[in-house]
Amino acid sequence: MKAKITRQPAAKKRPTAKLWQLRLYVMDQTPKSVMALANLKKICESHLKGRYRITVIDLLKHPKLAKGDQILAIPTVVRKLPNPVRTIIGSLSDTERVLIGLDLRTTG
Amino acid sequence: MGMKNRRTKSDSTVILLPKCPTGIQGLDEITGGGLPRGRPTLVCGSAGCGKTLLGTEFLVRGVVEFDEPGVLMAFEETETELKANVASLGFDLAGLVRRKKIVVDYVHIERSEVQESGEYDLEGLFVRLGHAIDSIGAKRVVLDTLEVLFASLPNEGILRSELRRLFRWLKDKGVTAVITAERGKEQLTRHGLEEYVSDCVILLDHRVNDQIATRHLRVVKYRGALHGTNEFPFLIGDEGISVLPITSLGLNHKVSVERIATGIPRLDVMLGGRGFFRGSSILLTGTAGTGKTIISANFAQAAALRGERVLFFSFEESPNQIIRNMHSIGLRLEPLVKSGLLRFHSARPSLCGLEMHLATMFKEIATFKPDVVIVDPITSLMDLGTASEGKGMVTRLIDYLKAGQVTSLFTSLTQGGHALQQSEGGMSSLMDSWLLLQDFEGNGERNRVLYVLKARGMAHSNQIREFLISDNGIDLVDAYIGPNGVLTGSARVAQEDLEKAAALASQQEAARRKRELEHKRAALERQISGLRSEHEASAEELRQIDQQVGTKTRLLTTERAASGRLRQADAKVPILTLHKARNGRGH
Repeated sequence: MKAKITRQPAAKKRPTAKLWQLRLYVMDQTPKSVMALANLKKICESHLKGRYRITVIDLLKHPKLAKGDQILAIPTVVRKLPNPVRTIIGSLSDTERVLIGLDLRTTG
Repeated sequence: MGMKNRRTKSDSTVILLPKCPTGIQGLDEITGGGLPRGRPTLVCGSAGCGKTLLGTEFLVRGVVEFDEPGVLMAFEETETELKANVASLGFDLAGLVRRKKIVVDYVHIERSEVQESGEYDLEGLFVRLGHAIDSIGAKRVVLDTLEVLFASLPNEGILRSELRRLFRWLKDKGVTAVITAERGKEQLTRHGLEEYVSDCVILLDHRVNDQIATRHLRVVKYRGALHGTNEFPFLIGDEGISVLPITSLGLNHKVSVERIATGIPRLDVMLGGRGFFRGSSILLTGTAGTGKTIISANFAQAAALRGERVLFFSFEESPNQIIRNMHSIGLRLEPLVKSGLLRFHSARPSLCGLEMHLATMFKEIATFKPDVVIVDPITSLMDLGTASEGKGMVTRLIDYLKAGQVTSLFTSLTQGGHALQQSEGGMSSLMDSWLLLQDFEGNGERNRVLYVLKARGMAHSNQIREFLISDNGIDLVDAYIGPNGVLTGSARVAQEDLEKAAALASQQEAARRKRELEHKRAALERQISGLRSEHEASAEELRQIDQQVGTKTRLLTTERAASGRLRQADAKVPILTLHKARNGRGH
C-alpha cells in the first residue's frame, strides 16, 4: 500500500489519465472470487489500459482489513482512486453494471 | 470450549437449557435466568424503544458482572456515538473497548455507493465478526440492527440465505447473540427475521397513554423454557434498563404473626388490641382532608421510635411540609429523619411515568431497606396510567414489599363526598387491612370518623370511631350511635349533654318524690299519734265512766244497805260481787 502512495505524484502529472487504484476483496480462491478477478482484469484492460492497478486482498489472510473499506459482501471491488470511492459487489459478471459502478460508461 | 462444558453439565441434570444471565435488572427473573446460552435472541421493537441500549447493556454487564467479553456489531450508530450514548447511563464502553473486553465494529454501507454485479455472499461480514470474536475471546455478540442490510443490499434473496447462514454460524460459534430488529406492521420484525431466530424473541414497546409514555417488554417466545409471558413495564434509568418486577409475581411469600402498633392506641384496640401484622399491606382510604397523612405519620413515628426503618413516599407534600404540619399536632418527625430511621422521598406524580416512579421506588427500597413503607397517596400514581397498569403496579409493589417482610401502608384519596368503597375495588383485594376515613357533615360542621373495613386474620372492631385531631395528636373516641344514626362532633357532645340533663332531671324527680313520701309518712305518723292520744283519751274516759258507775253503785248500795239496815233487810251479796269486779279491772 505504501508503494501506491509513492506513485500518486506520477498520477498528478497526467491529469487526463489518472492512475486508477482498485482493490478486490476476496475470500480464498472461491469460484466467485476467481471469476471476479478475471472479470475485473478484462474490463480494466479494455477501458483503463495502462492506468489501473488492482490490489487483491484475501480476507482469509487479512481479516482485519475488512473493516477499513466496510466490506460485507465477497467479492467486492473498491475504487480508491479517483475520488469518490465506488464499490461494486459480486462476481462482476454483468459488465454493464460494473461500468456504471466504476463510472466508466460516460468517460469510456 | 467452556460453553460446551457447561452445556453437557446441564444436560446431565436434564430439565433446563443453559442460560446466559443478562445482568439487566428484572430481565433475568422474567426469563428464568437469562437468554438461551449459545443461541441467538431476537429483540424487536419500534424506533426509540431501547433495543440498542438493551444490547449494549447485555454486553457491558456481561463483561463487568460475568467476565464474558463481547462484540457489538453496529449497523446504525458509529462507535463514537454508541460510546457517548451509553456513557450517560454509567457504562464505560470506551474503557471496556480500550481494555479489549468489548469490540465495537461499525458496519456501514451506503446503497447509493454500491453497485451490484453478479453473485456474491456476505463472507466479509462473517470474517469481520469472526475476527472480532476471536480477537478477544468473545462470548456475547450483539448485532444492532441487522435489518439495515435490507436497505443497503439490493438482492434480498442472497441476503436472506446469508442471514440464515449467519444465525447458524453464530450458534456454531457458541456465542450468545442478541439481534435487534425493527418492529414490523403485521409481523414481529419488518423483514421477518423471527423466521431465522426461533429460540428466544423479546418484544419491546413504547406506548403513550394520556401523554405519559411507558415502555413495555414482553418475552414472546422462549423455546424450551418457562418464562413470564406478560407485558412488563421497563424503564431506562441512570443505571440502564430495569424491567419490573424485580421479583417474579407469586403468592408464596413468608407471613409473620408479629404484630406492630399503629401509634394510635385506640386504633390498636380496634385491631384486636395489637395493631397490624408485620409485612402486611394496609390501605387507608378517605376523601380529601380526612386525616390520611396524619395517620400515616403516626404510624411512621411509632415504627421509627421502635427503631424500625421507615420509608415515606410522599406524592403530595414535600418532606419539610409534612414535618411542619405534623409538628402542629405534636408529632416530632425531624429527629427521626436526622437519626436516619425515617426517610422521605417526595416527587410530583406528573414528573415521570408510572414505571419510572415504580422503579425509583424499588431503587429507594432496595437501598434503604425499610421495615415500613408508606405511600401517600398511591392514587396519585395510579392516575398516571390506566386502571390496569395502576393495579399491576400496586400488585408488584406489594409483592415486592411482602417478599421482604416490609409492612406497607398505602393511602388512597377517594373522590366525591363519600368514600366510595367500590372505587377501591381494584386495589382493596390486594390489601390485608383496610381502614376507611370518612367525613360526616351536619350541624354546620364536618367530623372525621374512622372504621376498620377489613383486617385479615385478626378480630377487629366493627364500630365507627370518631377521629379527633388536636395539638396533642390524634385520638379516637366512641361515636354516639342513636336512633338517628351516628352522631359526631358537636352533635355527639349535644347528645351527651342531653343525656346528662335527663339523668339530672330524673335524679331530681326521685329526690322530690322521696321528700314527698317522707312528708306523707310524717303526716301519717302525726295522724297515728293523734289517734293514739284520742284512743288514750277515750280509754281514760271509759275508766272515768267505770269509776263513776262504781261510785254510784257503791253509793247506791251503801245507801241501800244503809236503808236496808234501816229497814233490817239482809242484802249482803250484791255488795260483795261489786267489790270483786272492781278488783279484777284494776289489776
